[in-house]
Amino acid sequence: MSRATEAATEAAEAFLGEHPVGPTSDQEQRGARFDAGLAIVHFDTGSGGRGWDAGEQPAVDEVFLRAGCPDWSARNVIGLGMAAPTIHAHGTEQQRRRHLRPLFTGEDIWCQLFSEPGAGSDLAALATRAVRVEGGWRVSGQKVWTTLAHVARWGLLLARTDPEQPKHRGLTYFVLDMRSAGVDVRPLRQLTGEAEFNEVYLDDVFVPDDAVLGEVGGGWQVAMTTLMNERVSLGGRPAERGSGAVGQLVAVLRQARAAGRAGDAELDRVMRLWARAEAARLTNIRAGEQLRRGTPGPEGSIAKLQMAESNNPVYDHSMELLGTQALLYRDYTETRPDFAAVHGGSGDVRYDYLRSLANSIEGGTSEVLRTVLGERVLGLPPEPRPDKDTPWASLRRS
Amino acid sequence: MSFMPGADAEELRTHLRKFLDQHADRTRLRQQLDRDSGYDPNLWRRAADELGLAGLATPERLGGSDAGLSTLGVVFEELGRALTCAPYLATIGLATSAVRAACGAEVAAPMLAAITSGTVATLAWDGEWPSGSALRLDGTAITGIAPLVLDGNDAELLLVAARVDGGAVGLCRVEPNAAGLLRTPLVTLDTTRRMSRIDFDAVPATMLAEDAGADLDHALDIAALLLAAEQVGGAGRVLEMAVEYAQSRIQFGRPIGSFQAVKHRCADMLVDVELARSLVFHALHAADADPAAAALESALVRGFVSDAYVACAAANIQIHGGIGFTWEHDAHLYLKRAKAAQALFGSSTAARLRAAALLGVST
Ligand SMILES: Cc1cc2nc3c(=O)[nH]c(=O)nc-3n(C[C@H](O)[C@H](O)[C@H](O)COP(=O)(O)OP(=O)(O)OC[C@H]3O[C@@H](n4cnc5c(N)ncnc54)[C@H](O)[C@@H]3O)c2cc1C
Repeated sequence: MSRATEAATEAAEAFLGEHPVGPTSDQEQRGARFDAGLAIVHFDTGSGGRGWDAGEQPAVDEVFLRAGCPDWSARNVIGLGMAAPTIHAHGTEQQRRRHLRPLFTGEDIWCQLFSEPGAGSDLAALATRAVRVEGGWRVSGQKVWTTLAHVARWGLLLARTDPEQPKHRGLTYFVLDMRSAGVDVRPLRQLTGEAEFNEVYLDDVFVPDDAVLGEVGGGWQVAMTTLMNERVSLGGRPAERGSGAVGQLVAVLRQARAAGRAGDAELDRVMRLWARAEAARLTNIRAGEQLRRGTPGPEGSIAKLQMAESNNPVYDHSMELLGTQALLYRDYTETRPDFAAVHGGSGDVRYDYLRSLANSIEGGTSEVLRTVLGERVLGLPPEPRPDKDTPWASLRRS
Repeated sequence: MSFMPGADAEELRTHLRKFLDQHADRTRLRQQLDRDSGYDPNLWRRAADELGLAGLATPERLGGSDAGLSTLGVVFEELGRALTCAPYLATIGLATSAVRAACGAEVAAPMLAAITSGTVATLAWDGEWPSGSALRLDGTAITGIAPLVLDGNDAELLLVAARVDGGAVGLCRVEPNAAGLLRTPLVTLDTTRRMSRIDFDAVPATMLAEDAGADLDHALDIAALLLAAEQVGGAGRVLEMAVEYAQSRIQFGRPIGSFQAVKHRCADMLVDVELARSLVFHALHAADADPAAAALESALVRGFVSDAYVACAAANIQIHGGIGFTWEHDAHLYLKRAKAAQALFGSSTAARLRAAALLGVST
């Protein structure tokens, strides 16, 4: 362990000495942790961090997890993974002060209002309009696939402020108060039976000027910060080796071997998946370090692509090892969960298998990510893109 | 703290890459392939003298720099990238690891000092693992056949794993030109890496370490980890080659790299290379911190990295079309290096089953 990592571990342990788990609520404890700069350690002092190297975060998180502090990453997946880094990078002092602390304590859950029925992979083609009015903007449009919108206090909203510009240039990024008049959240049921995500209708919603994040017309640049962090965040948390999906796979394999249903062929297949998942996990640790140092390397998109390409086959093979149990399902009743466990780990392989089918779609499809890697990382020539410099208003859309 | 190589190692990488670009370029590589010896002694000596490459695994008091596995990994990665013909895997990966693992300080010192100043060394055994070597030491003489010895003809320091009087395996040393020893160079699939068959007919041997089986197996694990770093270097290079070609080759009025089928194939190569790099450097970092971790790490890394290199080297040929299938083009040299490296220290499947056993997954 390096000296910096030791210091990070010591700081977290010292904090827990003063603020033990138990006497105060989880939320109060997280508030104190934020004030002590042990929330997101590479953030600035006063914004939940200490300006440390991002590589020290896992050591700090581990101390808190081991002490029994609840993990909020699934309950506030958008807030912690995307909103926090975006606000820290682009927000005004006032916006940082208003949002970062309650986001970290879990008081404010966040959602991401990017995708629309007509704009998925081609996010920049989105049609939700924001029109200037006295003191702010009036926003109308429809968002879709909005994870956790039903519990969200705030939304990261990307909207079009200038339709006459080419699609990337006329966008502005807002922080939307989900309690505003005109916001209508409707459950959207997914193939697992539940409704993690929603449709969000915005009907003439007023958004004040101080809710603009970054520059008016500069929304795409801000959105890139969100997307880059989304990829790292979806790439998977730096959990322990052999935990999560592959941990479940090994458990299922053991049962299958005990029942005489798995020989060396299955073992070999499991180890292939295991090693690939481990390589993806390590690559995502590298990605997190790079991204937080402000020099996003190729690892972010690689990690996201790999998580998807590894998680689904892991569960797919787990289903095979389940034998006839794979014929059944626990419950298709429609529910609206208050967390999004994108990497599975529910303990029920059949549910996790179905959920893993989204991994190669959410946060950028695997096809799109391969194109990103080819063009942005490897520098391969782009496909012909006739839509790039055309004013958005004259584009062909579905 | 990151498991990736530190700043010093990256600086060494920069120097080494420049050195290899200058002294071990493509033309010289091709010339080397037509020679009897598997390496260029001038280049080897300069690498030892100017860059200290031969002493990276030697303790400082013996004139080395004891740089650690992560740094060695960077060196192997660069050698694999340049496809350098040199007995580095045999000398540093195998022989040096064997001496360090098995021998007492006094016995090891002269051999490590010799290696540091440029002596080529290797380890011979017969079997999957050195601990199971079928070579026999009866009294003071070795008998048997080592069918595949890395750089067996070039080695000046020849180490042998032999079963002592039917008991445990010991580490011995024989003189390469001793009576009763016959070295036969073999035609290797990978012409950039030489191998020999060595016949021992009552060859006089010096005992270096008794009961050394476990230590020698450990040395093989270290060699396998360093080979994996070499494989990552080669895979990274074929990716570069594929991308360069995809940028410049025009068909249907467009660079072929603008077609998704080609672009996505390159992206998949990139993913394989970076995943392999994460695994390898994490493994070297772990084995640096705790030598006992080397067994599991090498078992885990080998299957993935070997298969990834072969896949990338084959994809590179595919992306080059017909020219990729020519003798003239370097693509086949990488493919052959990849395929042979995959078979060198046990198969990918064997490594995975071993990893399963070490992880306790198979029980
Ligand atoms: C579970 C889940 C949760 C989500 N949560 C959120 C959220 O909280 N907030 C949010 O804003 N969005 C969210 N999304 C939306 C997600 O980002 C989009 O679904 C995704 O970007 C793909 O867009 P699309 O569904 O419109 O598919 P399309 O873009 O229409 O893609 C359809 C198919 O065409 C392929 N394709 C498209 N363009 C290309 C191209 N150029 N080259 C090759 N192939 C191409 C795609 O890869 C895909 O296979 C979520 C999605 C899922 C599944």
